Amino acid sequence: MRIYVPLDSAAKALGAQEVVAAVKAEALRRGLEVTVVRNGSRGMVWLEPLLEVDSAAGRMAFGPVGPGDVAGLFDAGFGAHAKALGPTEDLPWMKAQTRLTFARCGVIDPLSLEDYQAHGGLTGLRRALGMTPDAIVAEVTDSGLRGRGGAGFPTGIKWKTVAGATADRKYIVCNADEGDSGTFADRMIMEGDPFTLIEGMVIAGLGVGANTGFIYSRSEYPDANAVLADAIRLARAFGLLGASVLGLGPAFDIELRIGAGAYVCGEETALLNSLEGKRGVVRAKPPLPALEGFMGRPTVVNNVISLATVPVIFERGASFYRDFGLGRSRGTIPLQIAGNVRRGGLFETAFGMPLGTIVDDLAGGTATGRPVKAVQVGGPLGAYFPRALFDTPFGYEDYAQKGGLIGHAGIVVFDDSADMLAQARFAMEFCAIESCGKCTPCRIGAVRGVETVDRIARGDAAAIPLLADLCETMKAGSLCALGGFTPYPVMSALTHFPDDFHTSAKEAAE
Amino acid sequence: MTPGIADSAEQIGDILRAHDGLEGPLLPVLHAVQAAFGYIPGDALPVIAQHLNISRAEVHGVIGFYHDFREEPAGRHVLKLCRAEACQAMGADRVAAHARDALGIGWHQTTPDGAVTLEPVFCLGLCACAPAALVDGRVVGRVDEARVDALIAEVRL
Repeated sequence: MRIYVPLDSAAKALGAQEVVAAVKAEALRRGLEVTVVRNGSRGMVWLEPLLEVDSAAGRMAFGPVGPGDVAGLFDAGFGAHAKALGPTEDLPWMKAQTRLTFARCGVIDPLSLEDYQAHGGLTGLRRALGMTPDAIVAEVTDSGLRGRGGAGFPTGIKWKTVAGATADRKYIVCNADEGDSGTFADRMIMEGDPFTLIEGMVIAGLGVGANTGFIYSRSEYPDANAVLADAIRLARAFGLLGASVLGLGPAFDIELRIGAGAYVCGEETALLNSLEGKRGVVRAKPPLPALEGFMGRPTVVNNVISLATVPVIFERGASFYRDFGLGRSRGTIPLQIAGNVRRGGLFETAFGMPLGTIVDDLAGGTATGRPVKAVQVGGPLGAYFPRALFDTPFGYEDYAQKGGLIGHAGIVVFDDSADMLAQARFAMEFCAIESCGKCTPCRIGAVRGVETVDRIARGDAAAIPLLADLCETMKAGSLCALGGFTPYPVMSALTHFPDDFHTSAKEAAE
Repeated sequence: MTPGIADSAEQIGDILRAHDGLEGPLLPVLHAVQAAFGYIPGDALPVIAQHLNISRAEVHGVIGFYHDFREEPAGRHVLKLCRAEACQAMGADRVAAHARDALGIGWHQTTPDGAVTLEPVFCLGLCACAPAALVDGRVVGRVDEARVDALIAEVRL
C-alpha cells in the first residue's frame, strides 16, 4: 500500500510529521507493508495534512488528518471514513484549476527523477537541447511569459538582452527570496517539484549562454532549502547538472545560497549585492542586471515561478501557454489565498478571474465568519482592495489601473475587525525596518510616515494631506519598490477606508 | 566549556578554507560561522576579513545589515513569531502580545534563565495556516495563545 503525506512546510506546520509517525507505527502494529511517499502539497492548506492512498479509482484523499485519525483509517481500510474526501482529482478545488506550473506538485515524490520524468519532466529540456539559443529565447518571448515575481517584465526580452551581451561568463540567478506576506508559491514548488525549477534554469542557461546558476533562497524557508539541496545533489548525480547537461549540452551547475533575513534582498539588485557578499543595498539602474549583474557580468534574474514555468512552455509549446489569460497577461498564475479565509491555499488558473470570485467563491469568505473588509493583493507593497473593487479581473494592467499591483499573486483577506489605519501604520513601520537605507525618502520617509499616521490616530486631521504628500515623495524618489510602493497599501487604506482615519479623529475629539 | 580563542580561530580557518573558490563567499561563511558558534564572535571578524581580503568594516557592515546575524549568543531556544499581514489578519498581534507577557520579554530579548529568545519574523510562507511560528527551525501553524503556552512549556523542559 502506498500512502502519501506531504513534506510541504504548511502540512508539517499542521502536524504531517506526527501523522507519518502514526501511519508507520500503525502499519508496524498490524504487520502491513506500507510505503509512505512524502509528496508536495496539493495546495489545499485547509485540508492539510492531506493523506492520500493509491486505489483502483486513483488517489483517494483524506483530510485534515490528525495522528488520532490514523488507526480509524486503517480500520476502515482507507474507505468510508469521516475524513474521506473521495478521489483527489475530483475535489472542486482541483477540478477548477489549470495546473501547468504546478501540474506535478503534490502528485509526485519531489525527489524522484523517475517520477519527475514519468510526469513530463525533462521533456521540455530535451526539446530545448535540439534548438538554437535564439530559438529558445524566441519560444519564451512567444509564450508571453512575464516576471512572476511581481514586476511583470517580459521574460523573453530579459533573456534576449543577456543572450546578446558579450562576456566571458554569464549567470542565471533565481530569485527565491519570497518575502511577501501572503505568498508561498515559490516555497511550494521548491518543496513539491524542485526539478522543474532546476530544469527551467538549465533551459535559461542554454538560451542565454550561461553555465552557472544561483538560487537565492531565504533562511525563513529551512524545509524548502533542504529539499532544494537534495534536488541539486540528485540532479548532479543524474547528469542534469554538471559538465554537460544530460550528456548532450554544455556545462551548467547550480549553487544554492541562503539570504539572512533582509526583505529588500527580494529586489533584484539588492539580491545581487547580497549574493556578492555585500550589504543588500539597492543599485541604481542602469546598468541593467541583464548587462551588468552578478560580479558585473550579464545576468538573468528571474523569479522561481517564472523559471519553473519554462519547462511546461517547452513541453507543450509557446502557443499552448499563450492561449490562456487575458490582454497582455498570458498563461496561468498561481493565486495564493491567505489570511482570514475559510479555504486558504494555492490555486493555479488562467489570468482574468475577478477578485470577488477568488475571495467569496474559492476562499469561501473569512475563517471568522465575519464580513470581508479588505483584501491586500501583492504582498506588503500591494494595495488594500475594498469590496467595491471586487470586479477587478486578475491581470497586471487591470490591477495597475485600480491603483494596485498583483505582485507575486498573494491575496490576504481581512475581516471587518481590521483597523486600516493600523495597517497603514504597519506598512510604514515595515518599510522603516526593512529599508536598505540608500534612498532618503524610503529611509527617513518611512519613519516620518509612522509618526504621521500616529498624528492622524490622535485626531490631527491636518496630518492627512501631509501623509499623502509624503507618499508622493516616496513614490517618486525611491530607487526600488520598497520605498516606491509602500505608498500603495498606505494610500489605498486612506482612499478606500477613510472612516478608519476619521473615526479615530472623532474619538479623540470626544 | 567555551572554546579557547586559538580553537575558535582554527575552526573559523577551517570554515573559510571550506568556502574557498566560491564567488562572493561572505554570506555562506557568516552562516557557517553562526551555525558553528551560535553567533558571530568578534574574534572572527579580523580572521574573515584577512582571508577574504576585505576590510573589517566591510565584514562588520554586512553582519549589521542582515537581521539573521547575531553578535551575541541567543537563548537555548529561538521562538520566531510571524508579524506579517496574513498572520495579522488571523490575530498575530494578539498572540505576540501574549507571548511577550508569558515570557516576560520583548522582541529580540532572551529570558533571564537563557532558555528562550523571542524574535519577529516577516513571513514564513505559512500564510494559509496563520498565525505562524518557527521554533528552532521547526514550523508551526495556527498558533494561538494556547499553542504559544504549549511551545514555551515544551522548550523550557
